Amino acid sequence: MTTHATNRIVGSSVPRKEGVDKLLGRARYVDDIDLEGMWHGATVRSTIPRGLIRSIGFDRSINWSEFAAVTAADIPGSNHIQLIAADQPCLADGMVNHCDEAILLIAHPDKHRLREAVNAVHIEYEPLPPVFTIEESERQNVIVWGADNLLKNFLLEKGDVDSVWSGAAHIVEGEYRTGAQEHLYIENNGVIAEYTAESGVTVWGSLQCPFYVHKSLLAVFDLPEDKVRVIQTETGGAFGGKEDYPSTLAAHAALLSMKSGHPVKMVYDRMEDLAATTKRHPSRVRHRTALDHEGRLLAMDIDLATDGGAYSTLSSTVLSRATLHSPGPYVCPNVRVRSCAWATNTVPYGAFRGFGAPQAVFAIERHMDEIAAAIGLDPIELRRRNFLHDGDTTATEQVMREPVILDQLLDRALAESDYHARRARFAHENASSPIKRGMGIAAFYHGSGFTGSGERYLNSLAGVDVTPDGKVRVLVSSTEFGQGTNTILTQIAAEATGLGHEDVIMAPADTGIVPNSGPTVASRTAMVVGRLIERAGLQLVSLLREHAGLGAHYSRADFFAACDRYRAVQGAVVSLCRYEAPPGVFWDDQKYRGEAYPAYAWSIHVAQVAVDTVTYSAEVEEFWAVQEAGRVLNPVLAGGQVEGGIAQGIGYALYEKVLLQNGHMANNQMTNYIMPTAEDVPPIHVYFEEVPFSHGGYGAKGIGELPHDGPAPAILNAIRDATGVRCNTIPLLPEDLFHKLAAGQTVEEATAV
Amino acid sequence: MRGNPDAHELVAPGSLPAVLAMLAASPGEWTPIAGGTELMVAHAAGKLEARKLVSLWGLPGLRFIETSPESIVIGAGTTFRDLRADSTIAAEFSLLARAASWIGSVANQSRATLGGNLVNGSPAADSSPALLVYDAELELISVRGRRRIAYAKFHTGYKRNVLAADELLFAVHLPRRFALHQQYLRKVGTRRAMAISKVALAATASMEVGVVSEIRLAAASLAPFPARLHQTEAALLGHALNPETINTARHTLLAEAQPIDDIRSTAEYRRRVAVNLLDELLLQLQPERRSQ
Ligand SMILES: Cc1cc2nc3c(=O)[nH]c(=O)nc-3n(C[C@H](O)[C@H](O)[C@H](O)COP(=O)(O)OP(=O)(O)OC[C@H]3O[C@@H](n4cnc5c(N)ncnc54)[C@H](O)[C@@H]3O)c2cc1C
Repeated sequence: MTTHATNRIVGSSVPRKEGVDKLLGRARYVDDIDLEGMWHGATVRSTIPRGLIRSIGFDRSINWSEFAAVTAADIPGSNHIQLIAADQPCLADGMVNHCDEAILLIAHPDKHRLREAVNAVHIEYEPLPPVFTIEESERQNVIVWGADNLLKNFLLEKGDVDSVWSGAAHIVEGEYRTGAQEHLYIENNGVIAEYTAESGVTVWGSLQCPFYVHKSLLAVFDLPEDKVRVIQTETGGAFGGKEDYPSTLAAHAALLSMKSGHPVKMVYDRMEDLAATTKRHPSRVRHRTALDHEGRLLAMDIDLATDGGAYSTLSSTVLSRATLHSPGPYVCPNVRVRSCAWATNTVPYGAFRGFGAPQAVFAIERHMDEIAAAIGLDPIELRRRNFLHDGDTTATEQVMREPVILDQLLDRALAESDYHARRARFAHENASSPIKRGMGIAAFYHGSGFTGSGERYLNSLAGVDVTPDGKVRVLVSSTEFGQGTNTILTQIAAEATGLGHEDVIMAPADTGIVPNSGPTVASRTAMVVGRLIERAGLQLVSLLREHAGLGAHYSRADFFAACDRYRAVQGAVVSLCRYEAPPGVFWDDQKYRGEAYPAYAWSIHVAQVAVDTVTYSAEVEEFWAVQEAGRVLNPVLAGGQVEGGIAQGIGYALYEKVLLQNGHMANNQMTNYIMPTAEDVPPIHVYFEEVPFSHGGYGAKGIGELPHDGPAPAILNAIRDATGVRCNTIPLLPEDLFHKLAAGQTVEEATAV
Repeated sequence: MRGNPDAHELVAPGSLPAVLAMLAASPGEWTPIAGGTELMVAHAAGKLEARKLVSLWGLPGLRFIETSPESIVIGAGTTFRDLRADSTIAAEFSLLARAASWIGSVANQSRATLGGNLVNGSPAADSSPALLVYDAELELISVRGRRRIAYAKFHTGYKRNVLAADELLFAVHLPRRFALHQQYLRKVGTRRAMAISKVALAATASMEVGVVSEIRLAAASLAPFPARLHQTEAALLGHALNPETINTARHTLLAEAQPIDDIRSTAEYRRRVAVNLLDELLLQLQPERRSQ
């Protein structure tokens, strides 16, 4: 065995590390766990979108002495959740800023007694005028956040956009809107918390980022670092929905535990999870684009606005990613992006797979088809003429130093989907059919890892150790929630140490055990954390060679024998590595310029869509996705990420609509919040081109979010191809398509065919 | 789970006469529960008001399909899975078999009963339009005896029906005279599976030399309860299927349909799609009677 035997484990589809436990029902999710003497908690929430809390009354019909109750007054430390800014209260204190905001917590030994008690708390409000839309918020007639409702804004400038308009051959404008979207992880948010005066707070929960939760608990309880411990339990999906919310829920359960003197479990049901937890930011993007006679981009003026909800939470970083993805994968000498995140009186919008990119990519990729139509160019050709290539600079003046193979991806996508032949066939068939078919395309990138200087600030630490019973353990706070973290990181560690995949396990995601390798977000795990594990594994082998006599060629037994010798002298076998930015990567936060991301994953999506003129419904019939995301560490998992992202993207485009009534989600049940079923998701063809990235774990870039960026524009472009109708807003439900296709017509005019 | 199980009492007397005796002893006190796929959803949402439940699940006296030369009789406790497996229903009442296949998922169909679907009385219920165009009759039962009424007379308002407080739905009777009719059913749901109907249209019809000699139309979600579309039927019956007739029928349907805006769709959409479905149906009708 040598450590240079690459391709041994990385690049093969080894089965999921935790797969068998999940399959056999041995995996323990938070609701499977019961602690001795445990109570159950529930939340009393605001019923109005904005107002002052006048009084909190407890109905006499309940024997309150059996319950523990917590309000903001019980918080020992700061009443704020610690994210980028700390403006969101843990519990509303005197005022509420959105419906379903937590005001009061109660706990009881019998969970069935909670609902009646929640209903027996009467809160009187003095309502204040709410703001529900981007338009109302930017009008600033009613100020609901800070001095001006503006949660965050950015200005990105390259060249001089305003010098271009007068001389341009074409100017094309468009406005594009996207709605909120719910994550619909299978397992709702849930935690168990235990507080004792001696050991502080311990939390077990379904979550993505143990150290985020840790940070908020330190503040809420005003405790030193070693008195708070956060342990991730098996997590049934997250998609960004368990990035920030678990910090609030963990604090709630821990406060109830402190008050009751018992461990407290809080697990939301679907209705509560849908109504009270984060969703994807709604957006409005306006494009004004100048082109020359040949269809080359001269200037892009982009005005991007998101609805951030009632508190700032993650809106600034979501906005930043949206801003940086808004010009698309094109070269343009003059670019201006003005972006704003606005406050409204709804549940704060949060992280969701893609993190601002799906909104921005929807706008630019829909807009490209409108430009093509306006200037009479084929949409494929328009894209081809403007693609980024190696050596080009992006809107932030980042030079593309790694290979950019968009043309190759596009060629493959067109060939695999038989794009031109199908389009021609549909154009012919549609004339005489009530079903109109079309083909649509989207080209896009997704920046891997934290935006700008983010990875430098995170300064992640990760590594491996070796246990006395002969297992290499991966030490990370990066979590598994279905996407494959456990499997790929153990593959990388096995590859680097020259061991088998079965020799490597994950250390528990427990802040008392593992170092802070950063949050499990931003498609950073394979690339950034994977690289740390690769380095730590190689470093471990060097340590063993240097200090424990490991030979150049070694067997598994040699390796663990060397570990034993090393342990006998050093006490423990540990190898940790800290993040190092790839050379030449620099980002200027002030000028908002530079290397926006260390690497980009690239993709072309093609959708075949059928629009039924009887029911006005659009269905995706077939889908092709070609992508370059660096080295593919595990083809089955990577393919699964792409298929899942596309399924979720189809929901985003055609099915999923968050219906707000007076700021409360009215369709907070799965019968009425319509996500696509397996029957609604078509065959998806997935192809990878591999260009290893030298600074990613064994060449990997990020893959998790990329596939969610493209489906919506590809599908709506296909609908335009099928019907000639321009739809610029998602979700696009049959009722919306009905308005586009038939409203205003008489029944005679609108008759099918 | 928002409901508190301790707040409810559930009994399972195990036979139809025993259940009927309980209902008769204190009419209105006990709520029947069959598959529970409606009532348990309400319970999970904390909205099940009925405190006392009497189980019909598994009562052999309610779960049967009997076929005679004149009719097929389906016990109210028959599940949609049972319905899908019956060959006579598949051959002669294919609309009902198809409707059964659309109810939720396979897991659902193994619990959900025909009786529960009808008594629950949702305007969107999948089995109703098919039963209406097959001239179904319902047989009701109590300790006082049995009575039969046309299914079309069963619903009296939004989730209201003619059942007395001590009565159960016993069976559905379908006359076996539709095998040669031209038949149509289309459900427009919110997605391909696990979907509640936004609008649906069912029809059975006969044609003689291009003239509509028999027609029954029924819809889901166009009225507060499942109902026949008598006015639209009248606009077609006895008429040659020409553009003028079709146009009159469309306008009649537009006026007759009384859909609402709700969380799943809009009245305007439902009304227009209903007309499109009618168009699709009329386009499919063959000018001659079918023969064997
Ligand atoms: C996930 C899911 C998906 C669904 N999808 C669909 C769908 O696609 N289409 C559709 O139409 N429905 C659907 N439903 C609704 C439901 O499954 C059906 O209405 C089903 O037929 C109800 O039957 P049940 O036996 O489960 O009713 P129950 O819940 O047991 O009872 C419903 C009502 O009928 C009464 N009742 C039952 N039997 C009798 C009787 N013999 N005499 C008198 N009263 C009686 C009960 O008292 C109660 O009021 C769905 C439900 C779920 C949970």
